[in-house]
Amino acid sequence: MVTNITNLSRSGLYDWMLQRLTAVVLGAYSVFLLGYLVINPGLQFGQWAELFDETWMRIFTLLALISILAHAWIGMWTITTDYFNDRAFGRKSVLIRFPLQIVCFIALFSYVIWGVQILWGL
Amino acid sequence: MYATERWGKRVNSKRPVNLDITTIKLPLPAYTSILHRISGVILFVGLGFLLYGLDLSLASEESFDALKALLSAPLAKFIIWGILSALIYHFIAGVKHLLMDVDVGDGKESGSLGAIITLVLSIVLIILAGVWVW
Repeated sequence: MVTNITNLSRSGLYDWMLQRLTAVVLGAYSVFLLGYLVINPGLQFGQWAELFDETWMRIFTLLALISILAHAWIGMWTITTDYFNDRAFGRKSVLIRFPLQIVCFIALFSYVIWGVQILWGL
Repeated sequence: MYATERWGKRVNSKRPVNLDITTIKLPLPAYTSILHRISGVILFVGLGFLLYGLDLSLASEESFDALKALLSAPLAKFIIWGILSALIYHFIAGVKHLLMDVDVGDGKESGSLGAIITLVLSIVLIILAGVWVW
């Protein structure tokens, strides 16, 4: 009987694919941003703010944040369903698991909104 | 539905189950897998710190300088290094995952080798990140 109804796409295969596509975006963004910071020691505000004024950088950053929303949701969902399950916490384990999943989602969703506010100076 | 549940229970009760990971000697790839999860959770929490830093860095020149002053504190450096360590490990173990998806390094021996490479590469880069932060 299917009792897990909280995973993102209702399809393990689709979640699997999304996890990997977002991983590539996040990997590229991490390498870019860390690389930028490494090759620009003593970075000043003007240059940094200019970078984040660029439309492509805002798109790249927002894409990374939305990727985190999906990527971390799938990851945290996997972890909560693996460890906070009936085997570990008995038949009422959903009462522990579901609130945790809610907290994860609200945190991730807040990260995206916060990111939008930062990027557009709201 | 009730019949299925009763039937399922009876089958389950007759099956020898030994998936209690506390009683199994885990191979190295299992530890790198668990570390991948732990580093992911650290990044989930750490993102809050990173966004706070990004906010300060872009809000104004004053807050940018305030962030620079903040980042000179040992505790802040340690937190940044911790988040970077999690990111480095999660990245490398993630690349290994993608390689395993295309059947590279998913055998018994190659899996162990992959786990060793993941750990060694991560440790080297984490040390380098520490040098960079301090």
